[in-house]
Amino acid sequence: MTLIIDGLTAIFLALGVFLAFTGALGTLRFPDLYTRLHASSITDTLASFMILFGLMLQAGLTLISVKLLLIFLFLWYTSPASSHALIRAAYLNRLPARLIRRPNKETPPSKP
Amino acid sequence: MFGAACLGLLVVMAVALVRAFAGPSVYDRILAVNMFGTKTVLFIAVYGFFTGRPDFLDIALVYTLINFVGVVAVLRFVEKMIDPKDPSPATENRKEQA
Repeated sequence: MTLIIDGLTAIFLALGVFLAFTGALGTLRFPDLYTRLHASSITDTLASFMILFGLMLQAGLTLISVKLLLIFLFLWYTSPASSHALIRAAYLNRLPARLIRRPNKETPPSKP
Repeated sequence: MFGAACLGLLVVMAVALVRAFAGPSVYDRILAVNMFGTKTVLFIAVYGFFTGRPDFLDIALVYTLINFVGVVAVLRFVEKMIDPKDPSPATENRKEQA
């Protein structure tokens, strides 16, 4: 039984860290604030859920589990709110969105 | 298991710090700092389990709220930078800022 719970915890932690890493990679590599926010904000809530749920499996039905649930609830509500406030401020400040990809100058466009 | 998760979260925090230092606009930095704070909360929780004494969860709980309030406060400050002469938001592609 302990082995099953440990395996589930390992799976949840690995998935959470993987999601967090993809979000970080998106914030590092994407060309624009809006796409960066997409990458970080989408993966943020699910990554925190995965990691905190894996820890909750280890803690069992104790006060620690309740605290983890509270952390998860606060993150779940405040993360979209802060993302919304951030993108609203950027939009009202007319931050340009880079929607069109620039043509690469080194490689000439192939003729159809 | 917890040690590996701690290391992964530290790598994620380092990447977020890279974006915070390199971000061209203010909003990129705020986004990176927000992400750093969230990952800090997760790191505190996992590190408590890693050392076998999960007593740091109260700190993580407080840090969640402080992170949210801090980001909103900085955004309220940044929103004052809107030019009052041209309050219409951008909808099209504009010239990129230098």
